[in-house]
Amino acid sequence: MLTIEELNKIYNSKKDLVAMRHHSSEVPKNCEYKRQVLICGGTGCNSSGSKKVMEALYEEVEKNGLENEVKIVRTGCFGLCSLGPIMIVYPEGSFYARVTPDEIPRIVKEHLKEGNVVKEMLYEDTVKEDGTVISLDETAFYKKQLRIALRNCGVIDPEDIEEYIATGGYQALAKVLTSMSQQDVIDELLKSGLRGRGGGGFPTGRKWSFAMAQENDQKYVCCNADEGDPGAFMDRSILEGDPHTVLEAMTIAGYTIGANQGYIYVRAEYPVAVERLKIAIAQAKEYGTLGDNILGTGFKFDIELRLGAGAFVCGEETALMTSIEGNRGEPRPRPPFPAVKGLFGKPTILNNVETYANICQIILNGSEWFANMGTETSKGTKVFALGGKITNVGLVEVPMGTTLREIVEEIGGGVPNGKKFKAAQTGGPSGGCIPACHIDVPIDFEHLSALGSMMGSGGLIVMDEDNCMVDIAKFFLEFTVDESCGKCTPCRIGTKRLYEFIEKITKGEATLEDIETIKELCEHMKSTSLCALGQTASNPVVSTMRYFEDEYVAHVKDKTCPSGVCKDLLTYSVIADKCKGCTLCKRNCPVDAISGEVKTPHVIDRHKCIKCGLCMKNCKFGAIEIK
Amino acid sequence: MDKKPVPQFKGTKKQEQELREFIMSEKDEPGALMPVLQKAQEIYGYLPIEVQTIIADMLEISLSEVYGVATFYAQFSLYPKGEHRISVCLGTACYVKGADKILEALEKRLEIKVGECTRDGLFSLDACRCVGACGLAPVMMIDEDVYGRITPDDIDGILQKYETKQKA
Repeated sequence: MLTIEELNKIYNSKKDLVAMRHHSSEVPKNCEYKRQVLICGGTGCNSSGSKKVMEALYEEVEKNGLENEVKIVRTGCFGLCSLGPIMIVYPEGSFYARVTPDEIPRIVKEHLKEGNVVKEMLYEDTVKEDGTVISLDETAFYKKQLRIALRNCGVIDPEDIEEYIATGGYQALAKVLTSMSQQDVIDELLKSGLRGRGGGGFPTGRKWSFAMAQENDQKYVCCNADEGDPGAFMDRSILEGDPHTVLEAMTIAGYTIGANQGYIYVRAEYPVAVERLKIAIAQAKEYGTLGDNILGTGFKFDIELRLGAGAFVCGEETALMTSIEGNRGEPRPRPPFPAVKGLFGKPTILNNVETYANICQIILNGSEWFANMGTETSKGTKVFALGGKITNVGLVEVPMGTTLREIVEEIGGGVPNGKKFKAAQTGGPSGGCIPACHIDVPIDFEHLSALGSMMGSGGLIVMDEDNCMVDIAKFFLEFTVDESCGKCTPCRIGTKRLYEFIEKITKGEATLEDIETIKELCEHMKSTSLCALGQTASNPVVSTMRYFEDEYVAHVKDKTCPSGVCKDLLTYSVIADKCKGCTLCKRNCPVDAISGEVKTPHVIDRHKCIKCGLCMKNCKFGAIEIK
Repeated sequence: MDKKPVPQFKGTKKQEQELREFIMSEKDEPGALMPVLQKAQEIYGYLPIEVQTIIADMLEISLSEVYGVATFYAQFSLYPKGEHRISVCLGTACYVKGADKILEALEKRLEIKVGECTRDGLFSLDACRCVGACGLAPVMMIDEDVYGRITPDDIDGILQKYETKQKA
């Protein structure tokens, strides 16, 4: 059980160890190691084989007798998931990308032992044309980023509480418990302008003040880690890379509203995050930053994990609480709001992982520091999971107000394969798209809603000219049909009917009147559904119709899919000039839809064709086209 | 509703004892049903009616309530899964990179539809929503192994690994 003095002692003895991991080129005086190797152990890098790289590294370091000089640290996500497995060597800050176990012996011998960076194995963006190596912070991917919520991800070992303490961890909690009143914390949050990062954007300080004002013998602090937006992994990376910051912030929330029990509701699909949270909670209890007498101040707070079971609606606050109570995760009407009557009928606050990840920094650095970042109405930073048709797939954190162009073109490295940027989708199944003509929009809560999209939790999927917007709308609707809990009619039946309409369009069976009916249906679902799932389910349709109406019209009137995605509207045909009459397509066609003699151009019978694509795949001359 | 044949329940005494002990330890916790169902699925691999009955009896709630929760969440299954569980990520990042074609290729290769199990019980096929490895899209998982940046042409080679393992 630590007291505050003992906490400071750990901080002072270990801070140099961690300080070395920020770009400097010197080894701090009190650091016992000559070099430190950081390997990403996040889900992305694990999947691309970082465990084997790590094993090889331990083996080689031992073989070369470097155990006492080199410290190996398995960290959370660095953000650049598409380059995994990732390895950084400090103090040089050398960034090795797509490392394989075979490369390890050379890196260990030349770099760790002899001190020569293996340039050809570095991430190419960190090596300039003249051969000089630049630090990671100077690369296009990191230059415009500002890491607050992600500050420890990819820097510390998430399974070691002392590493977290060495970065100033649990200092915010100590400050709150010893020198701030409940109201002080709330004032600080209100002044900072922090708004919920889960999608709604409600001011966090106000949420907390409502719960604080309630008189009750039992209150609860909950953390929403049920990151359901498909294509988003911000929360997962924070939990995997820096679990203690969430625990610390929840404890601060407990003190502020007067609660002594917390729950983290986390997706069971995130086994690594669950495991690291379990380890973090156990260590926090052992060190006395959680439990009956926190840091010797007498304050009591405990946190329990609850695993979700794969229901998107449980990201909605009332549904999440119903699920923790052990029921079907169906939402309840509000009011009463959770701050008045939440979990088990008691006053409850629920915040998202990323929101919590900002709290400790606001307490330590002050509200003014935070309020100086971002735009007039949206303060601080936002983490985005950048995915889809983009070169640098990964996790980025930028100040609010950064433009979409900066994120896509500079940080993301643009759309690969020379394709054109068509739109970005934000907010997942509840959000909308931002078309290329609005690429210069500054990203904050207000600007995105004005465009008919939303901030959402931070999924940002880039689409190129090969993506059909009607098909994307259909994709999201299929998701909401599946995930609608069925409690209220507008959502249960509305999503299904809307899906059927969109499906009709993609099959070329819809009429222009259908488009009007769709618009009306969307309006009804929005105004009458019980919870946000149903209220926003039509957004992907409304937003794609707004910006890509011509694509809808092409499907309906001309019965074509301009992007060549909707299978029922496509036809395969032979380009006569290119066809050599080799008969390969004819022999491969499973339904005998192709005819033609040897050495003469072949013909595809559209009525027989089942659009399996085998002819196109087999043609050696690129003579089959699809329109 | 599709009617699938319900296989015969093959639970052992040992499994039942493990479940009963877990329920005893959780019984008085608020909201115990979810953790209990998760544990039961871990023990048996699925939640047949026999198991749901034990849970309802011990938690002193109705079977319909247990069934209601078990059928609400995608993670719980009333049918046994294959020896190797294949799940194809259909998250947005994977979808825009062609995950639907991966799923189609798997259905064709295994001759089953999503949610089904092959006749020999070797593979079951599911679609899932985002495993969070969007950097590797499109992604599929077989048991705990993640396969990233796959194309429909890779399917055969990947499945063969598991099939030959079986024969050996």
